[in-house]
Amino acid sequence: MLLTLEEVEHIAELACLRLMEAEKERYREQLSAILDYATRLQTLDTAGIPPTSSVLPAHSVLRPDEPRPGLSLEKLLLNAPEAKDAQFRVPLVLD
Amino acid sequence: MTSLVDLSLLEMSAALRAGEISSRELTLACLEQIERLEPLLHAFLTLNPEKALARADAADGSLNAWRKEPDRPLQALLGIPIAVKDVLCVADIRCTCGSRILDNFVPPYNATVVERLLAAGVVILGKTNTDEFAMGSSTENSAYGVTRNPWDFDRVPGGSSGGSAAAVASCLVPAALGTDTGGSVRQPASFCGVTGIKPTYGRVSRYGLVAYGSSLDVIGVIARSAAEVVLLFTLMAGHDPLDATTVDLPVPEIRLSQQAGHEAPERAMQGLRIGVPQEYFISGIQPEVDAAVRQAISVLESLGAEVRQVSLPHTEYALPVYYLIAPAEASANLARYDGIRYGPRQPAAEIWDVFRRTRGDKFGPEVKRRIMLGTYALSAGYYDAYYGQAQKVRTLIKRDFESVFQYVDVVAAPVAPTTAFRIGEHGDDPLSMYLEDVFTLPANLAGVPGLAFPVGFDSHGLPVGMQLMSSHFREDILFQVAHAFQQVTDWHLQRPPLKPDTTQLPGIDRH
Repeated sequence: MLLTLEEVEHIAELACLRLMEAEKERYREQLSAILDYATRLQTLDTAGIPPTSSVLPAHSVLRPDEPRPGLSLEKLLLNAPEAKDAQFRVPLVLD
Repeated sequence: MTSLVDLSLLEMSAALRAGEISSRELTLACLEQIERLEPLLHAFLTLNPEKALARADAADGSLNAWRKEPDRPLQALLGIPIAVKDVLCVADIRCTCGSRILDNFVPPYNATVVERLLAAGVVILGKTNTDEFAMGSSTENSAYGVTRNPWDFDRVPGGSSGGSAAAVASCLVPAALGTDTGGSVRQPASFCGVTGIKPTYGRVSRYGLVAYGSSLDVIGVIARSAAEVVLLFTLMAGHDPLDATTVDLPVPEIRLSQQAGHEAPERAMQGLRIGVPQEYFISGIQPEVDAAVRQAISVLESLGAEVRQVSLPHTEYALPVYYLIAPAEASANLARYDGIRYGPRQPAAEIWDVFRRTRGDKFGPEVKRRIMLGTYALSAGYYDAYYGQAQKVRTLIKRDFESVFQYVDVVAAPVAPTTAFRIGEHGDDPLSMYLEDVFTLPANLAGVPGLAFPVGFDSHGLPVGMQLMSSHFREDILFQVAHAFQQVTDWHLQRPPLKPDTTQLPGIDRH
């Protein structure tokens, strides 16, 4: 298998996902199979081929920097799991 | 007697203008059809009957006023009921993306496509089921249960826009919005026997679409014929200052002849060059799919189109390229779901545990799989081998299309290697599920438009779909060809044998 259990744990940590033990083993198998399938890309010679990150011609899009109305604070906080004093409430970040 | 819900969108519109029906009657007819069939299909995640009827009443007011002054312009889709895939924001209606991590999210604004269609007068009946965050090919990845294929309730409707395709096929609505990142409009359209467009990348604004793979995502339309799909497409397409990836090109007026008979389709096929790519007619494909698509190509040939064999040599690499690039983009796009600003929050003393638990508990298995795959492909030490190489091979796939479109106007191919598969058929084997997408992924990687429409049935009575692809921003050719085909064939007029009394079928697991 391409991936070790430790690698799966490392990826989950990077992706900020808490996984159950059974999940780790399953993802190890499934991700290994998918990555193994993807190794066929290595057989292609891509020397001198530029990467495509977007099919559109890359250019910066600018617009005039003019103020316009946005959503109300009240509407923006409507979906917050916890809000207080017109702000998102979160657990302690720094002691 | 033909029921109101069986009418085409064009017939509905004509009847509304003539005052033969009201938008309230039409909306109620759709809601009754939903009430009858939804327990079998589970096409919708959220229904919106009160607001829909209020919109319908407003539309009736405008229609009555217009009939007194018929010289005034009238909104193009005034009073027409539609459905919207649940990854697009409709203000003040819950948007779940098929995920538990957004199970209580109510968007405070409309997606641009929704805004444009509302301005054209549509009535939104509700939000349709989808694989979680549009990641899937069957709707089995929805956290809220699978949608059933109207042609066979034991089979999937395709995905990820499976709710929209099933709703249109069973006449719950005449048209619905979908999204297509790797085939998610075309494949369910094919599995359900309806017509669906994946526009050119950059043609339609994605403002208000919950992002999955940002270099691939496109919003499309599903309806029962090309002539109906084009109405919504034309209204939705075009530059939007709120989406910097939309291209500032004029949207052509696409005129489709309404004449019956062969004359108009033959004129449309005059000088048209159709490419048949050998890589899409491979040995693993279901023989009935191969036969139906070849038969459809010969119909176009008999109308005067010229058919040429072509090659898109890097087709087989589209699958590994897609399943590195899309998850990589997804892993970045889905970083925003952290339980802080919206969605449920799993409590913990430390903020990093809030993130880990909320994401670990509320994302479903396929979403976590793709986030991890993408995170790995982008991580230090593996970036060049996986993500970097995939981007280079993407260039080769794009060049394949560019070179073919120097010689042909459209490419014709099957949408999928098989007809609709059984619920649970791919079990816990993600790679075998990914292989279902092998023929739809290349168009997304190249950014070219694709149109899927029904061209026959297999021996189980399941629809077979064909897709046409053209060069960037030439959706007009796709509509012309599909419409010509639909003028001389009746596959698109076939409806699944849904009867209200079939709700008592044995063995159906109802939601």
